[in-house]
Amino acid sequence: MTPTLCGWGRLPAPGREIRSENLARSCRDVPLTRGLGRSYGDASLPPPGRPVVAGSALADRILAFDAASGRLRAEAGLAISEILRVFLPRGWFVPVSPGTQFVTLGGAVAADVHGKNHHSAGTLGRHVTALRMLVADGREVVASRRENTDLFQATLGGMGLTGHILEVELDLERIPTPWILQESRRVGSLEALVRDLRAASAEWPFTVAWVDLAAGPERSGRGVLFCGRWASVEEAPAESPRPLGRFRVPFTAPDVLLNAPAMRLYGALQYRKRSREPRTEIVHPERFFYPLDGIDGWNRLYGPRGFIQYQCLLPQAAGMGAVDQLLGRLRETGEVPFLTVVKDFGAEGEGLLSFPGPGLTLSLDFPVGPGTQRLVDALNACVLAAGGRIYLAKDAFSRPEHFRRMEPRLTDFERIKRRWDPEGRIDSRQWQRLRGALPGESRVTVENGAVELEPAAAGEGGKR
Amino acid sequence: MRVVVLGATRGMGRALARRMAERGDRLFLLGRNPDELARSGADLAARAPDAAAPGAAFLDLERPDTFEPALDAAVEALGGLDAVVVTAARFATQESLEGDTEATRALLTVNFAHTIVFCEAARHRLLGAGGGTLCVFSSVAGERGRKPVILYGAAKAGLTRYLEGLDHKFRAQGLRVVCVKPGFVRTGMTEGLRPPPFAGEPDAAARQVLRAIDAGWPVVYVPSVWRWVMLVIRHLPRFVMRRVGF
Repeated sequence: MTPTLCGWGRLPAPGREIRSENLARSCRDVPLTRGLGRSYGDASLPPPGRPVVAGSALADRILAFDAASGRLRAEAGLAISEILRVFLPRGWFVPVSPGTQFVTLGGAVAADVHGKNHHSAGTLGRHVTALRMLVADGREVVASRRENTDLFQATLGGMGLTGHILEVELDLERIPTPWILQESRRVGSLEALVRDLRAASAEWPFTVAWVDLAAGPERSGRGVLFCGRWASVEEAPAESPRPLGRFRVPFTAPDVLLNAPAMRLYGALQYRKRSREPRTEIVHPERFFYPLDGIDGWNRLYGPRGFIQYQCLLPQAAGMGAVDQLLGRLRETGEVPFLTVVKDFGAEGEGLLSFPGPGLTLSLDFPVGPGTQRLVDALNACVLAAGGRIYLAKDAFSRPEHFRRMEPRLTDFERIKRRWDPEGRIDSRQWQRLRGALPGESRVTVENGAVELEPAAAGEGGKR
Repeated sequence: MRVVVLGATRGMGRALARRMAERGDRLFLLGRNPDELARSGADLAARAPDAAAPGAAFLDLERPDTFEPALDAAVEALGGLDAVVVTAARFATQESLEGDTEATRALLTVNFAHTIVFCEAARHRLLGAGGGTLCVFSSVAGERGRKPVILYGAAKAGLTRYLEGLDHKFRAQGLRVVCVKPGFVRTGMTEGLRPPPFAGEPDAAARQVLRAIDAGWPVVYVPSVWRWVMLVIRHLPRFVMRRVGF
């Protein structure tokens, strides 16, 4: 049996990961380094024919910390969860955190992750001061805003394709207390939700909105707006937040678990739990930043076929019209996302392929099935028309022609990649797919209901 | 607690040293790669901001002449010694050692003879100071002669017996010997091997070993389920062991 690797969406492809404390050695002859495998699609998977990738998770040492400035230097496999375990009680937090704490620093830099504070803090890349990398020719180099600037910029959001990230230096954020003051309230329509989200972002450092798209047509688009900031010393409980316990999903759920009625019920409960009047409370930071981390292996709830998260940026200029158009297309396909999240973005970062930019981001979770490729194609067409783009850390299905048209920045990225990796030694399954280099017309097959990223046998490609 | 750790730069030794540093133990690291020692020292220092950064000294398990100077340096830096932890060892499968006499010699020498020579030096010092803890990582591989790890298992079996003897003879004099028997724990050492059921993580293993050190348990299996797995394997009849692959 060929060993397989998969991302968080659990779509397998042939591959194997070698984890070692000595990342500089283990990544030397492999096409890619991966962290904790939390990117959803094929970003952390090896290209066909070169199945071994390096895993950074054991290269996790803190190398320096300046308690005066908050500057932290660490090996690339250090996870955000570990940074928080060590530094949160001392009054420091990561300047930007994605929706899970189980990502490595290297992975977070490669995806140039954003969080609920993008409108005020930008992406993680803004707070990164230097990277130590092993580049394709075998040299270890430092990339920063002063040296090897092109490499630095291409690596922020570069999905690990510019070289292996060995060490990351970044500035942590000083926080008054480790508790969050959260305000939440329900909003009856998507238009009002987006308007309120923008308004809230002017006042709050952290904002996000959850949208109920499972409700009936007249209620669809209602949602809950979450705003937060660090609680002040007077507001916060005296004690430190204890790490939360985790519930482990013991096995892969049957695919009927998250069906449409269940999602409608869940949506209605979430919505009705909140009132129109804002509710203010002090919440545990893990509950606020990582609501899903409490369920270990929640991706298994989506059933045996795996799932994707479709996340796109709809630029400011396209306005609400683009959102309506996208959701209209979504309704036409008949697919109902399990979970929909909306967030307004601030300015674009320095990362050459960094995802966020001024506008609105939507992320939608879907179970993978026979209609997934068509769904992604349809949504991508809307995003293209709006002048937007997709988030590579989530992507598994976008076609090369769509991607190229979404990314005018790609030419610059490719130029810098060629400069640092002329022979194309650093590579990933996603990079092959997005350049149209994967063998076979289709990259995805559905065999007896099981979706794989590799055709089961030669000649079986091109099914869709 | 003043602790000397041989093997703190990687795997379970790294995880254990972190737990110790975080709770306020004072550490001194021994190892053969100065750069690795410095990096692990920095990691531990960042985790215990109120304590002095751990010191380090050169020790190579291939070279017994480095043992006494390293322990001298540790005792001087720490002002005494309460515990010595040994997690360092080599690992190789039977397959990879087949026909490689030099690698076989090195594995047996490092994991058995020299590890015991180091433990002897450590226990003399601990007993001389009135007692203390000697915590050494052996392996479940020493519980039964098994096809994939004949040589590694034989060295670990010898080490386990040595530690058992120490416990019998010196416990009354205040030497607490803790023999750790890891089952399969996912570290750089076991990378590339197919994890069996009940594989553990280094951090959970470290927490368990720390409890054993504090309580002075003579033997600890990590993860603890391996106590029962090995109970079964120890009792498998020979004709079964000849047939199975493990």
